[in-house]
Amino acid sequence: MAQHQVRYLQEGGLPVVLTTADKLLQWGRSNSLWALTYGLACCAIEMMASGASRYDFDRFGTIFRASPRQADLMIVAGTLTKKHAEFIRRLYDQMSEPKWVISMGSCANTGGMFNTYATVQGVDRIIPVDIYLPGCAPRPETLQYAVMMLQKQIRRESAFQKLKPKRLV
Amino acid sequence: MRRYQEKNNVQKKAYYNDRFWIAPQLPKESVENDKVFSKDLESLKSKFEIKEAYIQRGQMVVYIDARDNKAVLTHLRDELSYNFLSEMSAIDWLAKSNEFEIFYQMLSTSKRKRMRVKCFIKENEAIESVENIYKSANWAEREMYDMMGVKVNNHSYMKRILMPDDWQGHPLRKSYPLHGDEAAQWYEIDKIFGKDYREIIGPENRDAAYVNERDTKHFARIRHEVRYGEEPSKEPTDLMEYQEEDGVFLIKKLKKDESITLKERR
Repeated sequence: MAQHQVRYLQEGGLPVVLTTADKLLQWGRSNSLWALTYGLACCAIEMMASGASRYDFDRFGTIFRASPRQADLMIVAGTLTKKHAEFIRRLYDQMSEPKWVISMGSCANTGGMFNTYATVQGVDRIIPVDIYLPGCAPRPETLQYAVMMLQKQIRRESAFQKLKPKRLV
Repeated sequence: MRRYQEKNNVQKKAYYNDRFWIAPQLPKESVENDKVFSKDLESLKSKFEIKEAYIQRGQMVVYIDARDNKAVLTHLRDELSYNFLSEMSAIDWLAKSNEFEIFYQMLSTSKRKRMRVKCFIKENEAIESVENIYKSANWAEREMYDMMGVKVNNHSYMKRILMPDDWQGHPLRKSYPLHGDEAAQWYEIDKIFGKDYREIIGPENRDAAYVNERDTKHFARIRHEVRYGEEPSKEPTDLMEYQEEDGVFLIKKLKKDESITLKERR
C-alpha cells in the first residue's frame, strides 16, 4: 500500500481556507452521511464489511443508524421482493430531507438474476435513486467509492436550493 | 474422486440440450421381498384401501384414497412408529388429468425407515388437514395452499405463508407464468401509488441486456457520463477523480504526480 506524504507546514501553511457558508454546509452534510441499515440479501454482508474496521466507514462520517428518522442515506443492499416493496417506500418517506439513495448490487439496480414474479425489477420503480452501484455483490471498496462519488455530488449541489415539486418517484 | 473430463469446449456447449427431457424413473420393486415394509403394508391393508404400493430407492410408496389421509397417518404414527412428517406438498397434474397429487413424506427415527403416502384430489376438492397429527404439517399445508391453491379443511390458521395476503394466483402452478401475471407485474405500483401511476412508471424491463443508444437520458457513453437529466457531454469526464479541482474544505487535494511513495512503512 502506497503511503503519500503530505507536507502541510511547507506548502501554504495549515489547511485552513475561507469559504462560503454554502460550501461549508454541504461539506458538513457530505461528511456526515448517516446511512440507514438496509441489508436485504448477500450485499448486506459487503455493506457490513465496509462498516467494520478493515474498510471503516466511520472515517467518511458514514455511521449506520437503525432508524429512518436519523438517516440521510439509504443503501439498498440486496434483492427487493414485491412483498417488501411497500415497506421500503414507507421507510424512505420517513427519512427527513435532504436524503439520498444508493442502489447497491445488480438485484437492487435491475432485479439482477431474479427475473421472476416475486422480485421488484429495480428499486427505482419505487424510490428515486442517486447512485447505481454495479456488482454481484460489489466489494466494500466499490461501496466506499460510491459514497465518495455521492459526497462529491452533494458538494456540487446548492445547500439552500428550492425543493422541486416532487413526483412520487 | 470424480472422473476427469475435457473442459476445453465447455463454453461452446448449450447448457440445456433437450428442454423436454424427462428423467428416467428408478426401478419399482415389489414390497413382498422386503421384510420391514411388507409388514407395514399388511397392517395398512387390513384397515384401509391401498390402491398401489411399491418400493423405490429403499422407500415404500403407498397410494391411498384422499378421504382416508387422516386415519392412515394416525395409524402410521401410533401403530407403525413413523414419528416424523418430514415434508408434505402437492404436485400439479392439472394439465394431464385435472388433479393434484398430494404426498406425505414419513420418517421413523426409531426404526430407521422412510415411506411416502400419496393421494389424488381434483382441482376444486379440498383435503383434510393433518395438523393435529403432525405439527409440522401446519406450515407445510399453508405453503401448499399459497403455492398451489390446494384448499385444506379444518386448518387452524389457513392463510398465505410466503406471498403477501392480497396476492392473486398461486405461483407454483404450472399454468402460472414465470414473470407473473398482470396483477403480479404491477403489484408494487398498484399497492404503493395506485393504478393511475402505471402509465407514469411504465412496465417492468425484463431484458437484463437492454441498451438504447438513442435514449441519452438513461444511457451514456462510457467515460462520458453525466448526471441524470443533464445534456450528454462531448468531453470525456473523469469519474475516477472524487475530489474537486480546488480541493475540499480542510482537505488538500492529492496530486498524484507530486506525491511521494515511501520506500518502507513508518
